[in-house]
Amino acid sequence: MERWEKRIFVLAMVSLFLVSSWAVAFAQEIKIGVIGPMKFVQGQGHWNGATMAADEINAKGGIQVGSKKMKIKLIQSDSNEFLNVTDATNAMERLMTQDKVDFVLGGFRTEAVLAMQDIAMDHKKIFIGCGAAHPELCERVAKNYNTYKYFFRGTPFNSTFLVRTAFIHLGTVGAVLKQSLNIPKIKVAIVMEKALWADPMIPAAEATIPKMGMEIAGIWRPSPVATDVTAELSAIQRAEANIIFEIFSSSVGIPFSRQAGELKIPAFQVGINVEAQKEGFWQATQGMGNYVMTSNTYARSVEQNELTKPFVEGYIKRFGEVPTYTADTYAAIVYGLAPSIEQAGTLDSDKIVSILEERVYKVPSGTVKYMKTADGKPLHDLTWGPGFLTGLATQWQDDKIAGVWPYKWKATPEAPEVTYKGIVPIKLPPWMIEKYKK
Amino acid sequence: MEIPLIPLYKGGLGELEFVLNLCGHVERTRTRYFLNNEVIMALVIDIIIGGLINGSTFALLAIGFSLIFGVARIVNFAHTAFYMLAAYCIYIITQKMGLHPVWGMLAAIVLVTLLGMLSYKALINPIREHEGAVLIATIALAMIFQEIMTLIFTGTFLSVPALIKGYFILLGVKVFYQQLLTFCAALFILAVLWVFLMRTNLGLAIRSTAQDREVANLMGINEARVAMMTMGLSVGLAGFTGAIVVPLTVLEPQMWGAPLVMMMAVVVLGGLGSLKGSFIAAYILGFAEALVVFLAPMGAYLKGSVALSIMILVLLIRPEGLFGVYFEEER
Repeated sequence: MERWEKRIFVLAMVSLFLVSSWAVAFAQEIKIGVIGPMKFVQGQGHWNGATMAADEINAKGGIQVGSKKMKIKLIQSDSNEFLNVTDATNAMERLMTQDKVDFVLGGFRTEAVLAMQDIAMDHKKIFIGCGAAHPELCERVAKNYNTYKYFFRGTPFNSTFLVRTAFIHLGTVGAVLKQSLNIPKIKVAIVMEKALWADPMIPAAEATIPKMGMEIAGIWRPSPVATDVTAELSAIQRAEANIIFEIFSSSVGIPFSRQAGELKIPAFQVGINVEAQKEGFWQATQGMGNYVMTSNTYARSVEQNELTKPFVEGYIKRFGEVPTYTADTYAAIVYGLAPSIEQAGTLDSDKIVSILEERVYKVPSGTVKYMKTADGKPLHDLTWGPGFLTGLATQWQDDKIAGVWPYKWKATPEAPEVTYKGIVPIKLPPWMIEKYKK
Repeated sequence: MEIPLIPLYKGGLGELEFVLNLCGHVERTRTRYFLNNEVIMALVIDIIIGGLINGSTFALLAIGFSLIFGVARIVNFAHTAFYMLAAYCIYIITQKMGLHPVWGMLAAIVLVTLLGMLSYKALINPIREHEGAVLIATIALAMIFQEIMTLIFTGTFLSVPALIKGYFILLGVKVFYQQLLTFCAALFILAVLWVFLMRTNLGLAIRSTAQDREVANLMGINEARVAMMTMGLSVGLAGFTGAIVVPLTVLEPQMWGAPLVMMMAVVVLGGLGSLKGSFIAAYILGFAEALVVFLAPMGAYLKGSVALSIMILVLLIRPEGLFGVYFEEER
C-alpha cells in the first residue's frame, strides 16, 4: 500500500470512530426492547401497550434524563416462546448484544421467561416481566439479590394471588346461586387443564371448596389442547354440578365454553379462562361462551382508578379492542420506568433499581407497590389486595365483557370495602334458571 | 336473569390463606362415587356414544392417509395440514365473506384437492422413489402451510359455525347434530369409496397399482397419473374431514399436529395401507379414548397416551397391524 493510501485509510478509520463516538455520546434515544410471542395475541398486547406508551412520551419530547430529553425507541423482538423456548433466549440475546437495548419488557411463558431472565441479568439490564405469573421469577430476586435485582414483575400479580382471587369469585357465584335459585348445597365440578401451573390448585380446591360450604362433584383434567370435551361435559352434567370451577390458560378454554354453552349444561362457569379474557372469545365460541365468568384485568366501562378510563379508551380507539393484561407494558413504561429514569437522572440500571423498588405509584389497573419478604428482602413482586392490585372478574354478557367483581368486597373484616366504578350484576344462564326454578 | 348488586361473599385473605400455603399437604376431601345400575347404564351409553363419535373423526382422517399409502407408498405427513387448510378456507368463506357453511365446505374440498394434486406434481413426484425424502418433504410442506397460516391469521384461536346447529338427546346423552353428521359421513365415505374402488375403471386402476405398480404400468395404466389422482382423492378426503370436523374444534395454525399423531396410530394399528383396518382401528382407539375420559376423569388428559399404548400393545402381538397389507406383501 502506498504511503498516501495508508494516510487516507487511517483518516477514514479515525473519522468513522469519531462519528460513531459522537453518535453514541449524543444519542437522544432510550432503547427499550419489547419481547413476546408477536404472532400471538399476548405478544401483540405487549407491543401495542409499549407503542402507545412510547408515542405518548415521545409526543411530549421524551424522558428527561439529567439535563437532556431522550426519546424512546422501541425494538420489537419475537420470542416465539409458545413454540420454542430456545427462540426466546436467542431473541433476548440478540436484544442484549446486537440491539444493545437499555431496558426490556415482556415475556409470557414462565419456562421462557426464566431463561430470558438469566440473560438479561447477565447483562445487568432491567427486565420488567409482563406476562408470566410464577412466583419463582421474583423469589430469585430475594434469594440472589445481586444477580436478579434487575428483574421486576410488571403484570400480572403472581399465581398464588391469581388462585386466591379465583376462589373469591367462586364463593361469590356460590352465594348468588344459593340466593337466587334456592340451591341448598352447591355442587362444584373442578375442571383444570393438565398443566404444571394448575397442579397445586387441585389440592387447594379440594380443601377450600368444602370450607366454603360447597360440595365437590368431581375433578376433571382435560388436555390443555383438547378440542372435544363433550365427554367431560356429559359426565359433569351427570354429576349434577351447579358450578364449573375452571382453570384454563390454553386453547381448551374455547371448546369447553363453546360446547358447554351449546349443550346448555346447567352449571355456571367461573374461574380463570384466559381465552375468555380476550374479545376474540365471542367469535371463537360462536357466541356460545355467553355467561362465562373469568378473572381479568380490564373491561370496558370499569374504572379501577382515574387512570383506567383514559388508558382503556385510548387503547380501544387505537387498536379496536379492550387491552389484555400483557398490554400493561404501557403502565410499566409510562408509570414505572419513565418516572424512575427521570428521578435517577441516568440510565444506570443499579440507580434505577433502587428507585423503582421503593416507589409506590398508580397504574391503570390499581396501585403498584413492590413486595418485600418477611425478613425485609426486596422481592420485586406485585402487592395484591385492596388499595393495590386486585384484578377484576368479568363475565360475557351477550357480546360484551362486563365487569362483575369487586362489589363491596372486603378481603378481611377489617379491610376497606372495594368497589370499582362500572361493575354490573352477574347474569345467570337462562337454561340454569329454567332448570332450578321448576 | 339479573342479580341485585349485593356483597354476597366477603371471604378473602384470612380464611383462604392457610389452604393456599399448604398446597400439596392439606387434608384432602375425597369425592366418593356410588355406583348403581342406573349410573352404570348411563356410563355405558356415554362411552358408546363418545367412542362412536371419536372413532368417526379418526376414521375420516385415516382412510385418506391409508389410501395414498396403499396405492403410491407415499407417507403423507402433510395430510392433516390439508385438513387445517380446509378449515381456514371454511373460516374465510363463512366468517369473512358471510356465506353459508355449505359453500365453504364445497370450496374447501375443491381448493384443497387442487392444492394436493399440485403439491404432488411439484414436490412429491420428482422424489417419489426415495421414500425417506418424500417423508421429509411432506413434513416440510406441512410446516410451510403452518407458517403461511400463522403469517396470515396469527396464532389467534378461531372457529366456524356448525353445518347443523344444536343437539338432540339420545338415551339421556346430549349429542350435537354435527357429531351425528361426522358419524354418518364416516360411514357414507367408506361406502362411496368402496363403490368407487370396486365399480369404476379408475378404482380398478388404483387397486391394480396398489397391488403391483410395475405390472400395472406394463398393462397400460399410467401409474404416475393414477398416483396423482389418488393423491387428489386422499387430500380431498382430508378437506372433507376438515369441513365436517372443524365446527367441533378450534382453528389455529398448529391444529394439524395432534390429529396427525392419532391418525398415524390408527393407520399403524389397522395395518398400513388397509382401508378396512384403518376404519376398525379408528373405532378401537375412539372407544379407548372415551373409556379413559369416563372411567378416569382425573386422567382425561391421558386419553391420547392410552390410545397410543393400545396401538403398541397390538403391534407387539401382531406386528403387521390388524389387517396389514404392506408387511404381508413383503413376505
